[in-house]
Amino acid sequence: MSANVNTSLPLEYQTHQSRMNILGFWIFLGAEIVLFATLFAVYAVLYQNYAGGPTHQDIIMIKEVMIQTLLLLTSSFTCGLAIYEMRRNNVKGLISWLVITLLLGAGFLFMEINEFIHYIHEGATMQTSAFLSSFFVLLGTHGAHVTLGIGWAIIVIIQLIKRGLTPVTARKIFIIGLYWHFLDVVWIFIFTFVYLKGMVG
Amino acid sequence: MGNIKWDEFFITGDPLILGAQVSIALTMLGVLFGLTYLKKWKWIWREWITTVDHKRIGIMYIIAAILMFFRGGIDGLLMKAQTSRPEMGLLSSQHYNEIFTTHGVIMILFMAMPFLIGLMNVVIPLQIGARDVAFPQLNALSFWLFFSGAMLFNISFVIGGSPDAGWTSYFPLAGKEFSPSIANNYYAIALQIAGIGTLMTGINFIVTILKMRTKGMTLMRMPMFTWTALVTSGIIVAAFPIFTVALALMKFDRLFGTHFFTVSSGGSDMLWANLFWLWGHPEVYIVALPAFGIFSEVIATFSRKQLFGYKSMVYATVGIALLSMVVWVHHFYTMGSGPGVNSFFSLTTMLIAVPTGIKIFNWLFTMRKGRIKLSSAMLWALAFIPTFTIGGVTGVMLAMGAADFQYHNTLFLVAHFHYVLIPGVVFAVFAGLYYWWPKMFGHMLNERLGKWHFWLFNIGFNVTFMPMFFLGLNGAVRRSYTYSAESGFAPLFLLSAIGSVILAAGFAVFCYNIYWSIRYADRNISSDPWDARTLEWATASPVQHYNFAKLPEVKSFDAFWQMKKNNEGLTLKDSEIEEIHMPSNSGQPFMMCVIFGVVGFFLVFEWFIPAAIASVGIIVGLIYRSFDYNDGYHIPVEEISKTESTWRNEKGEVHKHVG
Repeated sequence: MSANVNTSLPLEYQTHQSRMNILGFWIFLGAEIVLFATLFAVYAVLYQNYAGGPTHQDIIMIKEVMIQTLLLLTSSFTCGLAIYEMRRNNVKGLISWLVITLLLGAGFLFMEINEFIHYIHEGATMQTSAFLSSFFVLLGTHGAHVTLGIGWAIIVIIQLIKRGLTPVTARKIFIIGLYWHFLDVVWIFIFTFVYLKGMVG
Repeated sequence: MGNIKWDEFFITGDPLILGAQVSIALTMLGVLFGLTYLKKWKWIWREWITTVDHKRIGIMYIIAAILMFFRGGIDGLLMKAQTSRPEMGLLSSQHYNEIFTTHGVIMILFMAMPFLIGLMNVVIPLQIGARDVAFPQLNALSFWLFFSGAMLFNISFVIGGSPDAGWTSYFPLAGKEFSPSIANNYYAIALQIAGIGTLMTGINFIVTILKMRTKGMTLMRMPMFTWTALVTSGIIVAAFPIFTVALALMKFDRLFGTHFFTVSSGGSDMLWANLFWLWGHPEVYIVALPAFGIFSEVIATFSRKQLFGYKSMVYATVGIALLSMVVWVHHFYTMGSGPGVNSFFSLTTMLIAVPTGIKIFNWLFTMRKGRIKLSSAMLWALAFIPTFTIGGVTGVMLAMGAADFQYHNTLFLVAHFHYVLIPGVVFAVFAGLYYWWPKMFGHMLNERLGKWHFWLFNIGFNVTFMPMFFLGLNGAVRRSYTYSAESGFAPLFLLSAIGSVILAAGFAVFCYNIYWSIRYADRNISSDPWDARTLEWATASPVQHYNFAKLPEVKSFDAFWQMKKNNEGLTLKDSEIEEIHMPSNSGQPFMMCVIFGVVGFFLVFEWFIPAAIASVGIIVGLIYRSFDYNDGYHIPVEEISKTESTWRNEKGEVHKHVG
């Protein structure tokens, strides 16, 4: 409820409702961890079932993936800077860093889509083998999350421009920050267990 | 578009289904006509469809659950009629497959779950002394997504065909290769939509219970039902995403030709079995734990004693929740996991009997030397203990991996889980409904009809399912639509069928009881008719929409009992009344229900372009919600004091019953 505002806390934590929203989002991220853990488990079961189709070494474009990784990791850093600016009450800096974050995210997404198109042209589709089914669905789920995150962040930036930094907009920005960092963490696991492990067989 | 032929769109040619189609059409017309004739459209929109009040959402869950109980019950009766005699011709094998599938799905996901989530919705905020849940509008969305999924699943048997691969939908049977029709798409998509709602409920209740307890309500002073709701919510968050993934992969296999669970191209059908039960076993405890909570409340109240071994009860609940995550393989011992794995899961499964046994003894000791009052609610709790113990003990028999090869896929198993789920969940729901009915509606259910309901249902239940243990031991397999006369199964099958009719009569009495009580029951009852112990009874019946004029302060376990005993905190001075902030109603959750239903329907029929267009509506709904800054409204002091004076007589009527 909107009462009992505690101004000694950071803006996003000041109202009771905001504190509940943030806790709720953490729990939601817990559910997301289970979701991705399940997808990783599925991948771990199926990743060598090539069924005569292409293997990891046949298709992986490690250079492009390396660039994607750098883009996404940097975006996590700039997202952290955005929250830092928010804590300093600098709306302009906040929005600037958020936009940079989203551009990096969009760059990642653009490269990932290109990567997928490339694989499909090489005849490695979701329908080819169990390995590729699990590969595309695991990566696709992550990519869909990034897409959703970009759209969501744009909506919140609009609200930020319209309303300025209030306890509500600050909370929304903070929650998107949590989401963005989470996607980064998931990517680190994908990069390690799908790409790097795939490269060494 | 898709692969459905238009002449197969509506299911035709079966008189039973034709009857169902006609009755669905008539019911819908009746509802539309009734609402128009009584000029209730505005009322139902304003008071129910757009509501974010946890009590009303809870009541809607319960109404939906009763309807689904009816539907699932008809399925059960049809199965019992089909197997009442050898070589019966009432249902074809295909029709029988469809009916046991929908019976299972509906009873677990659309009957047991909404019943318990409904009661949680009504009771939990009251028990912790809160005015609503943490996210009221999300709560409404949860309900409407559940409702959307339930309705989508239920139209399957008249439009497009029912799923027929069992409620477990094992691959490869449930895959495109062996189930080419769209029927099994209903399973994947309807459960997915309902599942999102359930996950949101889990998150909502964790935050509500952790963050919205009233002053003094420490974790170890929480009523047992609140504890079980908290733990259940934890299991929901941990287990439902697994099901979400499993269903999504099922859709990919069925709609887009991937190879997760297929036999060809490297897929693994056992992967489905593992994922399904990784969710499916915890799911059993998702429904059982709140039920245990309800029994704890009912037994303590009607024994007029504090719950025995409260702390051990809490630890046992948490223990069951942890163990529930590591037993899933016991559902498929026979599918080649090997003796080492089977032994491990035998052990973990048998371990569950320990905390469950602790609970049983705690309930017995609560009753020991208590002043037991045999109300209808208490009768259900009393019948629960021996019948559930039969279910539990046969569960330990099934838990032994080596012995399970004998029981697997027989009616022994079917009897076992009905002995667990009916006493463990349905009895609890009935106990809870009789117990909390006055809190929800301001009048009681008729106790005399309640006893008829109880005895018919109980006798019917035992006569239906006890013979199935012996049928199973004699070798009768489950999911078989008929059997030969030479098998010698006929007498027990007939007995079981007779039992199911008695069971159904019990349910009919319950429905009649609701009708009778709504029309004739005494409205002039106390707000605390059972002389109960927890905070939901410290306020009016039916509860005013803001729950508490002044949030109660808790000083011990069984807070309300102590308040009555010490005569403190029961009265309300005018000076103590302050404005109350409440959330506003919203039509967005209902709109999301409609859009999700439409998208789901298109996806079932594999019409991807319409589905994509309709899913834009989901995005629009989310954006609309993001831009919605409605901060609720304040109830003025005069309105509160007026409402309070109507139920607090001269000195605060909660006084009346102090024991």
